[in-house]
Amino acid sequence: MINLPTFYESRQLVTPGDLLAEGNYIAGDNTHKEDDKIYATRVGLVDCERRKISVTALKAFYVPSIGDTVVAKVAEVGVGGWMVDINAPHLAVLRASDVLDRPFRPQKNDLASLFDTGDLLIAKIVAYDRTRDPMLTVREPGLGKVTHGLVVEITPTKIPRVIGRKGSMINMIKKETRCRITLGQNGLILINGKTLEDEQIAAMAIRKIEKEAHTSGLTDRVTEMVRKEKGGVEHTSKEE
Amino acid sequence: MSSVMVARIKQKRIAELISKGMRLDGRDITEYREVKLEMGVVERAEGSAHVRLGKTEVMVGIKIELGEPYADAPEQGVLTVNTELVPLASPSFEPGPPNENAIEIARVVDRGVRESKAIALEKLCAVPGKKVFVVFVDVYVLNHDGNLIDASALAALAALLNTKMRKYEVKDEGVKMKSGYTQLPVANHPIAVTLAKINDKLVVDPSLEEEQIMDARLTITTGKDGKVCAVQKGGYGYFTKGQILEAVIIAKEKAKELRKLVVKE
Amino acid sequence: MNIPRKKSEKLIDKNGIRADGRKPDELRPVKLEVGVLGNADGSAYFQQGKNKILAAVYGPQEVHPRHLTIPDRALIRCRYHMAPFSVDERKHPAPSRREIELSKVVRGALEPSVFVEYYPRTSIDIFTEVLQADGGTRCASITTASLALADAGIPMRDLVVACAAGKIDGQLVLDLNDVEDKMGEADMPVALMPNYNAITLLQMDGQLTSKDLEKVLNLALDGCKQLYILQKEALKSKYVAVKEEVKE
Repeated sequence: MINLPTFYESRQLVTPGDLLAEGNYIAGDNTHKEDDKIYATRVGLVDCERRKISVTALKAFYVPSIGDTVVAKVAEVGVGGWMVDINAPHLAVLRASDVLDRPFRPQKNDLASLFDTGDLLIAKIVAYDRTRDPMLTVREPGLGKVTHGLVVEITPTKIPRVIGRKGSMINMIKKETRCRITLGQNGLILINGKTLEDEQIAAMAIRKIEKEAHTSGLTDRVTEMVRKEKGGVEHTSKEE
Repeated sequence: MSSVMVARIKQKRIAELISKGMRLDGRDITEYREVKLEMGVVERAEGSAHVRLGKTEVMVGIKIELGEPYADAPEQGVLTVNTELVPLASPSFEPGPPNENAIEIARVVDRGVRESKAIALEKLCAVPGKKVFVVFVDVYVLNHDGNLIDASALAALAALLNTKMRKYEVKDEGVKMKSGYTQLPVANHPIAVTLAKINDKLVVDPSLEEEQIMDARLTITTGKDGKVCAVQKGGYGYFTKGQILEAVIIAKEKAKELRKLVVKE
Repeated sequence: MNIPRKKSEKLIDKNGIRADGRKPDELRPVKLEVGVLGNADGSAYFQQGKNKILAAVYGPQEVHPRHLTIPDRALIRCRYHMAPFSVDERKHPAPSRREIELSKVVRGALEPSVFVEYYPRTSIDIFTEVLQADGGTRCASITTASLALADAGIPMRDLVVACAAGKIDGQLVLDLNDVEDKMGEADMPVALMPNYNAITLLQMDGQLTSKDLEKVLNLALDGCKQLYILQKEALKSKYVAVKEEVKE
């Protein structure tokens, strides 16, 4: 445990309003600087790198960032495109021109036949600022409509934990459960496996990570759990 | 939310002046705008008053009627205060039932009168449990240029001091009106003083423009003995404890000055 | 049905013990829980003596109706409401004038803690329901709603905590219950953001000299600081519990 030159130890649990540091420090994520004091703004684990104090929030909603991949749901079919729920405070816009190859003619039927209300998409954020809704694209490879799989929702700030150091956690889950997993920065995760059981095991692993994200030794415990569950499944299928 | 917005450049000016202890209209930060008071302006009402506080204008009419007491106070008359933010008073006032702003003003004025025991409600009981007098205090805002609470409270007090009741007698649990009038006894003279916090400074009697840029406001109502009988913080900012205690001192002083305008010794 | 109290009964005896057994500066027993409702983005539940308060937060989300959208900041809306069965005599479900005023002042207490500039063109909707009332419900609602805001992951300057103090039978007391509020000489609800020493709610009804006002204010602020510790614990508790579980 690194000794921080602040009032808290590294990775200690803090709550909004907690005074984290006083003096010549930089305010990182989920902190707020007033005069010379840095306060936490969310519940989370505090950390200090060089002179930057930040808090890894244990629960936060998704705020879009350009370049993010998101797993999203079509909310409305409009005239010039679609309004898409990306699990953020604002709905996002997917323009018809992004999807259609031919010049766009406003025919509502066309749009609904492509993506209808309730359809699941993998998309990317291409534009977003304070004055307008986020804009999406599905043009790149790997993006577009999703027709099967299991969607798990976790708080977006824990996505990095699901990835793990250098991808160690997510790669382990993918390997052990033989599933394809798409991580949306917006906290939605799409799991596609060979069997329903495999998908369920991957989902269980992700939920366990979300619940225990603030503890240590997590990768080992999740690996153990996944292998135990997988061992059980294979046993069953062998008996058939 | 007012639709009459203060241009940003003016907002800056107001804030800058206040940091130097000056205000846009030339007042000191503890100075009230000019108060003009007229009593007995509506003859059909039992009591009435018209107050002008700068350009803010409020009229209060008092009606007294026979009614039933509340179940938990069978031997007490009833005091009820209502405020109408009349649409003609401001582009930001819309017709309809009282909104949260109107209700807040009414309840703060009510608190001042009630907690200071300005009206002895026990004296308004005709037949215990059955018939009591209900004092309707209707606050009518005619022009909104800021600080509606103080203007309303002042007008309400003036109207009450001006209120006459019909003489009556109780016969066989029935109330019969007689000829002649008595003055409604008013035992205390509550005065509300509102301060706004702008750039960490406290200014007394905020104008409409000052209200639109203030962080928060504090209303302190005191009785004639200097005791505080109501406090209301409004707005979406905050005060420090020191600012609150400072405000109480200022409010007591200003209340004494305002009281002299209403209560003739 | 409650038997009406005799006016002659004392609220506080000569030893300074109150009718419910508390000392003058003693808070009612408290229980706080965070994350109790499934649909809300954030929620909390608070029990304080006989008070039972539930708070929920939805947002930041798109503003409905659209015309209320503010271009450069979030709109904070707040509803303080009492359930019909929360008081002795059934209360009509429609918002009373008191609930409308309290919705306004509770919003005034909570809004300073939220970074509204971070989420333009959104609304943050706060709902507090008093399930059972016994005095000091606006303070309890503020304390609960602040936890719900934090539970929703909305960035805040500080938690907001609230507590009332007042005067009964000539004595200054902390955390008045319903009888003490109704029969006492003064009641002063106060809300505080402790790390900023910022008072975001202040009301008083009754009669107090300015000296007593200062003492009552100090008493209330003290009560706030005690409750703040419990608020923080409630926020951390589920994470602490998981950590304990995992160590086994």
